[in-house]
Amino acid sequence: MQWELVIGLETHAQLSTVSKIFSGAATAFGASPNTQASVVDLALPGVLPVLNRGAVERAIRFGLAVGATINRRSIFARKNYFYPDLPKGYQISQYEIPVVQGGGLSIRTDAGEKLVRLTRAHLEEDAGKSLHEDFAGMSGIDLNRAGTPLLEIVSEPDLRSAAEAVAYARTLHALVRWIGICDGNMQEGSFRCDANVSVRPLGSTTLGTRCEIKNLNSFRFLEQAICFEAARQIELIEDGGAVIQETRLYDPERDQTRAMRSKEDAQDYRYFPDPDLLPLEIADDWIETVRAALPELPEAMRERFKTEHGLPDQDAAALTASRELADYFTALVAELPGEAKLAANWLMGEVSARLNRADIGIEAAPVPAPALAGLLRRVKDGTLSGKMAKEVFEAMWAGEGEADHIIAARGLQQISDSGELERIIDAVLAANGKSVEEFRAGKDKAFNALVGQAMKATRGKANPAQVNEILKRKLAD
Amino acid sequence: MSALHHASLGQLSRLLARREVSAEALARLYLDRMAAHGDLNAFLDVRPEVTLAQARAADARIAAGEAGPLTGLPIAHKDIFVTRDFASTAGSRMLAGYMSPFDATVVERLAAAGMVTLGKLNCDEFAMGSSNENSAYGNVLNPWDRQAVPGGSSGGSSAAVAARIAPVATATDTGGSIREPAAFTGVTGVKPTYGRPSRWGMIAFASSLDTAGLITLSAEDAALVLGAMTGFDPRDSTSVQRPPEDYTRELHTPVKGLRVGVPKEFFGTGLQPDVEAAVRAALAQFVALGATLVELSLPNAELGIPVYYVVAPAECSSNLSRFDGVRYGHRAARYADLADMVKKSRTEGLGAEPKRRILVGTYVLSHGYYDAYYLKAQRVRRLIAEDFARAFEHCDLIAGPVTTSVAFDFGDKAADPTAMYLSDLYTIPGSLAGIPSMSIPCGFGAKGRPVGLQLMANHFHEARMLGAAHQYQLATDWHTRVPAGF
Amino acid sequence: MALTQADVARIAHLARIEITAQEASRTLAQLNDIFALIERMQALDTAGIEPMAHPLGGAQRVREDAVTEPDVREAALRNAPASQEGLFLVPRVIE
Repeated sequence: MQWELVIGLETHAQLSTVSKIFSGAATAFGASPNTQASVVDLALPGVLPVLNRGAVERAIRFGLAVGATINRRSIFARKNYFYPDLPKGYQISQYEIPVVQGGGLSIRTDAGEKLVRLTRAHLEEDAGKSLHEDFAGMSGIDLNRAGTPLLEIVSEPDLRSAAEAVAYARTLHALVRWIGICDGNMQEGSFRCDANVSVRPLGSTTLGTRCEIKNLNSFRFLEQAICFEAARQIELIEDGGAVIQETRLYDPERDQTRAMRSKEDAQDYRYFPDPDLLPLEIADDWIETVRAALPELPEAMRERFKTEHGLPDQDAAALTASRELADYFTALVAELPGEAKLAANWLMGEVSARLNRADIGIEAAPVPAPALAGLLRRVKDGTLSGKMAKEVFEAMWAGEGEADHIIAARGLQQISDSGELERIIDAVLAANGKSVEEFRAGKDKAFNALVGQAMKATRGKANPAQVNEILKRKLAD
Repeated sequence: MSALHHASLGQLSRLLARREVSAEALARLYLDRMAAHGDLNAFLDVRPEVTLAQARAADARIAAGEAGPLTGLPIAHKDIFVTRDFASTAGSRMLAGYMSPFDATVVERLAAAGMVTLGKLNCDEFAMGSSNENSAYGNVLNPWDRQAVPGGSSGGSSAAVAARIAPVATATDTGGSIREPAAFTGVTGVKPTYGRPSRWGMIAFASSLDTAGLITLSAEDAALVLGAMTGFDPRDSTSVQRPPEDYTRELHTPVKGLRVGVPKEFFGTGLQPDVEAAVRAALAQFVALGATLVELSLPNAELGIPVYYVVAPAECSSNLSRFDGVRYGHRAARYADLADMVKKSRTEGLGAEPKRRILVGTYVLSHGYYDAYYLKAQRVRRLIAEDFARAFEHCDLIAGPVTTSVAFDFGDKAADPTAMYLSDLYTIPGSLAGIPSMSIPCGFGAKGRPVGLQLMANHFHEARMLGAAHQYQLATDWHTRVPAGF
Repeated sequence: MALTQADVARIAHLARIEITAQEASRTLAQLNDIFALIERMQALDTAGIEPMAHPLGGAQRVREDAVTEPDVREAALRNAPASQEGLFLVPRVIE
């Protein structure tokens, strides 16, 4: 039988506020345990929550970016359950009426472009952490993270493969960073996904029983967990069993999912409106203020790169994969009018490869856009061959200064004196009589060998186009 | 000096200002009285060194000419308010010895005004109860009659003020916990408008109802302290943003022309004749002072109890979830694993009444019952609030009994939770509406036990209510009666 | 309607409260008394009435995003039943 996967993602994006959603404690990562847990976060007797404007503002920004409805009135509810890292015995979340409703996100996979509908996005607080190192057989509780603002973004079950799920997660990850509401740091848990996975016979329109895989904090784990889980469910059904709706954890070391013991109880969260908080009312002018400050969104920028710079869609998409890359490209083309394609090729090629090797983002690149523009100008005016340009770029990366400075210091000018080049090529032709004969006998490959010899003789400083031209002329003689 | 503990706060304030008595001497007077009447079991934590240090600081302020009208006046705090310098237990074994790293806003504000803390007052566990029999630290005795309950949950506050071992006490009212004990002990109890005093630092019972207030010897005393105690607090999202007010401003406004609403539902079959007689006499006194009585109806008020026993348990079931033995409070000595530790710690640390309410609240919020109970109760709550809104179109104040009977005996209702719950029949409706209300002594009933008159006003009309109460107290002397031996 | 022993067991577990076998029938009876009281409100027609969650209405106030809270770890750990290295200790947590 052919099976179809049905996947919906619930993504927790930690909002980039400096203080917590309901207290004035810091949200900075990595502080000593419990030093950023205020009396509110510790749920000491007598404390009360007060809502952080910054968290709401970021939720509005997200809602506007995905074309969702911003509910003018939303309600904070208590989700009641006991867990040692949940200090109040309830989590403040939004239940019946979330701040953001609907909207959608356009994703791209090899299969093309697809709109993934969003159900909602709601504000809530994070829990603390249980540390399982051995404290004489006990666990340690660190509540620094308790009360950190989260935006839980819930997709419709519109995803049909692990690849789509990853594309969705990557697009969402890029978007929340693009609009500056989340730092997207997955190692620190700032962006994590729960995947609801079910399978059904291809062509069926009813949904299978789903399992929720919790806390996937890398795209790779997301993909692996979905693949494993789908295979597990399919095998279960094909063996005559049935999927039980449950919450599971992915174990990357074993590459498998297992049921969570802490979620074995039938859950009854007893949601009710938090009596300590009044309804959140968002006035139109607040929304308009946020809208006015919203940056150009990746979709719009992609279209603009196509029309304004004549870039192919694939280039425009790649350049708008992150705000930092798009900003870099924008700064680069501002210095190189009419050379968008050259700029794009360099960014997606040499620069991107170098960043990958260094494992850093473009914002941390040691070669800023104006400096790279200086290099590309020398490519454009023929001073540097592609190969030489790469060498100069490496030197710039290593901190040796501006392109022109390096070119002068290393004597890297391309040989553009045609007289000198003709003499070198004459010598090459004389020394490679066999190749010349082969070429004249109709072997086109021999031409390339001659070009190679000529480039070698110039130590790469010749302009390959010029070498080609001279060679062709001389061989035609 | 012997009569000082019968003086009004205004008189004490003037003596302090003229330096005829020092704050330290006053503090010592009350600490001595407290020790002499320790059998009342009104106090849970007393630290004379802390009290005397505060008193000396108040004296220094007075000497430096930096004193306000409350500087140097002693006050005791219900153990529902957390305090840095005294343990904060909420009358529960769960919080035995708990030291808060911060002061409740109410405590902080009164301390800033220079008031001197005498200690922490006993109360029903987590403010749940009407007799103070639910305290984990033993019963508080009623100074009028040691067989009688002092009322609850603010039983320590009412007994301490009635026994003149504190000239004023803070208290909290969720369904009647200030007014009922005030009525049972013959003192004045004021619950302001919900949201006027801050809830920051009040150990939560039912968040949409909990209101801080005062127990005093007179309406005038309450008016003097209420202004310092209340006011906007940015730490409490339900705190009302209104400018501070002078609650003494209408104390001298004559009652003449005042329209006093008398709801017929407050004079139904459950009302004991002794209480009714005293309350009717008080209404007649208002008429004698020039007020007019307006017969009115609060048709849904009688549903206050069912509504309250859904809303308050629902909120408390969630509010008390933080007591899990993880970060503070009682942790069981023996347990099998984490889940068992939490369960045993709660089972051992919480008393019968909180547990009962937690179970009720858990049930009404649980899957499949939420609409039928919680939402239904919230709808009826609105109807009750609307009854009051309509009533206040026809009157300035509403008056009636606080309780159906005078203080009952220890043990009378302790085994029957629902009988106990009915004690709050007349106080709960005002709590649900969030309106200000108060109890003032208006006579004595069976066994010579005090009777209280309840006055209720529309939201934020505390000053008018206190003014009418003060005018009544100028014309009567019930509030000056002292239980024998005090 | 009346609660059953199974209801009581379910809510007691949700609320993390132990009820011994001896207490069970008394607890059930008390809860049913309380619910008999509560059920009185069911007679009232509340169709179309907006539930009242807060006595005064109004909208949530928001605070500026700023760090205002001090570190209270030391004071907090003094109240802790068990702690080590700045952490609250609990019996082993199993996820």
